[in-house]
Amino acid sequence: MANYYTETPELKYHLNHPLMKRIVELKERDYADKDKYDYAPQNFEDAMDNFDRVLDIVGEICGEVIGPNAEGVDHDGPKCENGRVQYAPGTDVNIDATRKAGLMGMAMPRRFGGLNFPIVPYIMAADMVSSADAGFENLWGLQDCAETLYEFGNEDQKMRFLTRVCAGETMSMDLTEPDAGSDLQSVMLKATYDEKENCWRLNGVKRFITNGDADIHLVLARSEEGTHDGRGLSMFIYDKRQGGVDVRRIENKMGIKGSPTCELVYKNAKAELCGDRKLGLIKYVMALMNGARLGIAAQGVGLSQAAYNEALAYAKDRKQFGKAIIEFPAVADLLSTMKAKTDATRAILYETARFVDMYKALDDISKERKLTPEERAEQKKYSKLADSFTPLSKAMGSEFANQNTYDCIQVHGGSGFMKEYKCERIYRDARITSIYEGTTQLQVVAAIRYVTTGAYLTQIEDYEQQISMLAAGQSTPFDILRDKLKDMADKTRMAINQITEAKDQELLDLMARRLVEMCAHTIMGNLLVIDALKAPEMFAKSANVYVRYAEAEVEKHMTFIRKFQAENIADYRQA
Amino acid sequence: MGYKIIVLAKQVPDTRNVGPDAMTPEGTVNRAALPAVFNPEDLNALEQALRIKDANPGSTITMLTMGLPKATEVLREGLYRGADAGVLLTDRALGGADTLATSYTLAQGIKKIGDYDIIVCGRQAIDGDTAQVGPQVAEKLGLTQITYTEEVLSVAGKKITAKRHIDGGVETVEGPLPIVITVNGSAAPCRTRNAKLVMKYKNAKPAPEIAALTDEAEKAYYATRPYLAIQQWGAADIDADPAQIGKAGSPTNVKAVKNIVFTAKESKTFTASDNDIDNLMAELIQSNTIG
Repeated sequence: MANYYTETPELKYHLNHPLMKRIVELKERDYADKDKYDYAPQNFEDAMDNFDRVLDIVGEICGEVIGPNAEGVDHDGPKCENGRVQYAPGTDVNIDATRKAGLMGMAMPRRFGGLNFPIVPYIMAADMVSSADAGFENLWGLQDCAETLYEFGNEDQKMRFLTRVCAGETMSMDLTEPDAGSDLQSVMLKATYDEKENCWRLNGVKRFITNGDADIHLVLARSEEGTHDGRGLSMFIYDKRQGGVDVRRIENKMGIKGSPTCELVYKNAKAELCGDRKLGLIKYVMALMNGARLGIAAQGVGLSQAAYNEALAYAKDRKQFGKAIIEFPAVADLLSTMKAKTDATRAILYETARFVDMYKALDDISKERKLTPEERAEQKKYSKLADSFTPLSKAMGSEFANQNTYDCIQVHGGSGFMKEYKCERIYRDARITSIYEGTTQLQVVAAIRYVTTGAYLTQIEDYEQQISMLAAGQSTPFDILRDKLKDMADKTRMAINQITEAKDQELLDLMARRLVEMCAHTIMGNLLVIDALKAPEMFAKSANVYVRYAEAEVEKHMTFIRKFQAENIADYRQA
Repeated sequence: MGYKIIVLAKQVPDTRNVGPDAMTPEGTVNRAALPAVFNPEDLNALEQALRIKDANPGSTITMLTMGLPKATEVLREGLYRGADAGVLLTDRALGGADTLATSYTLAQGIKKIGDYDIIVCGRQAIDGDTAQVGPQVAEKLGLTQITYTEEVLSVAGKKITAKRHIDGGVETVEGPLPIVITVNGSAAPCRTRNAKLVMKYKNAKPAPEIAALTDEAEKAYYATRPYLAIQQWGAADIDADPAQIGKAGSPTNVKAVKNIVFTAKESKTFTASDNDIDNLMAELIQSNTIG
C-alpha cells in the first residue's frame, strides 16, 4: 500500500528534532490531559508515538485516496449551482476519508474535540497532502482558520464553532475583494450592527475566496463607517447555517483546480464579531496570514517532493541512447538539484514550524497563568524567530516548488508536456504558491527588516555554533561546506552593509529580494549541514549539492550588488 | 434502532506480495517470509459493518478472530476503525484447523457472545481461498446467509437488504435477521484508521497478558482503562467438542500444492434446483474433480 509517510523518511527525521521535547511539554501542559481523555499521551514518548501513528494514517490516505484521486479532481473540478458549490466527486471522497480518520482540527485542544497536536506534525500532514494533491490541501488546510478563531474568539464561540471544525466542517477566510488584493486595507465589505436583531449584518462582495461555500467563514469587513484604512476593519464569523451568502461564480483557474475559488455575494448576512472591533486586519488577519503562509510553505515543499518523485521515477524508467536517462549527467544534475532544493526548503519549513510551536504554546499558557521571566524571554525569542522565518519559508518554499515542477517537466521531455503525466498538473498547481497569501515580493517586504536589523545574521551565527558543537572539534566530511557557508555569510553581511549604508530606500527596495535570498540560501545551507551531520545517509548528498548551488547564488547576488552604481537605479524605473 | 454486529476477521500471510521464499521446500506457506495482514475481504466486511453502525446509532460491532496471540493485531485494527470490542479465540488445541473445524470454532465463539443480529465476514481469505467458512458458520448456527455481497443497502426492523454479485450482474435480495453476510473484495474499501481511536486503543492487549503484568505503573494504567482488555477465549471457554476442533476436527488433508493455470474458456450455468445440483455432482465425480 502506498504510504507517503513511510516513503518520505525525511519527515520522521524532522519529527524527531530535540526541540520537540520542550514543544510537547508546553503543548501538553506537562501531560495534564492524560487521565481526562482516552487518547491523550501519558508522556513525551507516548506523544511522539501518537504523532508517528497518526502521520502514518495521513500517509496512507494520501497514498490510497487523495493521490489516486488527484487527476480526476483536476479534470472534473467543482461546479457552482444555485449559489452553492458542488465539489468534484473525488473531492467528496477525500473529505469523507479525512473526516472519518479524524484529521480535522488536528492542532485544536481536546476540549473542542481536537487532537491537540503541535504545528510540526500538523504541517507534516499538510506537506504530505500537498504532495498528493495540492488543490485538496487548500480545503483540508483551511482548518488553519480554527487557530485564529481559537486565539481571538470568546469561549462561547470556540465551543460552538471549533467543535464543529473538529467534527469535520470546513472553513474559509474571506479577505480579498475586487479592489482589495495585496492591499487589504481597502476592504469595503460593509458590516452594520442590527439593533433589532442584536447582530451584525454583512453586505457586499468578496472575490477569489478559496472554498467560499465553507460551513464556517472568517470574514474581514468594514465595521467603522466613514473609515478608509485598516483601522476600520473587524473580523466576523459567518455561519452557513444562517444563510445570506451566495456563491456567484467560481473561477476557472490554471491550477489547483479542485479547490473552488469563489466570488461571494453577502446579502444582509447575519454574522458575529470575532474579537474586538477595529483589530480585524491589524491583529487577527495578520495572525491568520502568518499561519496560512506556513501552510503554503508546506504546500510548496509537498509539491517539490511530488515533482522530484515523478521525475526520478521517469528518469529511471525512460531509456534513450541505450540507457536510462538518469545515467546522463545533465539529467542527474536536474534531479539532484531538485532533491537538494526540496530538502533545503523542508529544513527551513520545520525549523519555522518549531519556532511557531514554541511561541504559540507559550502564548497560550500566558492566558492561563503568568509566565516566568525565563518563559517570557523564551516566548519573545521564538516569536521573533517565527516572524522572521515565516516569510523566508514561504518565499523559498514556493519559488523552489515552481523551479522543481518546471524541472520535473524538463526531465520528462516532450511527454511531460502531455496531459498523461502527473507532472503537468503539479506544474500548474505550483504556480499559485508564490502568489497567494502574499506574493514572493510581499514576503520580501516582510523579511527585509530582519535582513537590515541583522536578525538573520545572528541566527546564522547560532547555526555555525550548532555545527561546531556537532563536529566537537573533529574534522567532518562537511568541513569544506562549513568554509563555504562562512564565506557566504561574510558576503551576505558585506552586501547588507553596502546597501544599508547608502541610506536610500529606493535602492534598498530594489535590492531587497537579492539580500533576502542571500540570507535564505545561507540559512538553508547551514540547516542542511546540521542535518547531514546528524543523518549523513539521508542528507549528505543534498547538503553538498545545495551548498554548492547556494554558494553560486550568493556569489551572483554579491556581484550584482557590489557592481551596482547609484545612477543605475534609473534603468529600473518604469514609465 | 441499534444492531449487534459481529465481524469475523482473519490474520493471513500477505500472499499478494509473494517473493521467491514464499513457499517452503515442503510446499506449505512460509509464514515467516510473508508479513501478517488483515485479510483484505474481511476489511471490506468491516466497512459494511461500520456503515450499518453509522446508519443505525446505538449499533455495536464485535470483532471475532481465531488465531495465534499475534492475531490480536487484527482486533486492534478493527478497534482503530470503529469496532467496539474484540474477541480472540486462541488455544493450541485450535491449531491446524481446516474450514470445517474453523467454522465450528467460530460458531461456538459466536454462541458464547450470544446476542447478535448480523454476522459479517469476507468472502474468502487470501491464504486458503476456499470461501467456505462464512457459509459453514451460517449452517452451523442455522442462519440465513447472503454471500458475495457488494453492498448492504439497508437494515430496518428485522430485515436486511443487500446487493449481491451474481454471474453477469448483481441482484438485490432481502433476508431476515439474524443473518450471515459474506462480502466481496469489490465492495467498498474499508475506511482508514481513525486518529483518536488509534491513540486510544494502541495499547489494547488480550486480558490474560494484562493480568500477568507485574509493573505497578503498568497495572494501574490498565486498571483504569478497562477498554484496553481484549477478551481471550480458549477451547474450554467456548464449550468446544475436542473432536470437532483443530487438527482432530479437520478431515481435510493437503496432498500437494500445484501451480495451475486455468485453461477452460466456456462456463456452464446450473440453477439451484435439486435436479441441476445432482447433475453437477455427477459431472464433478465423473471428472474426478471431487471424490
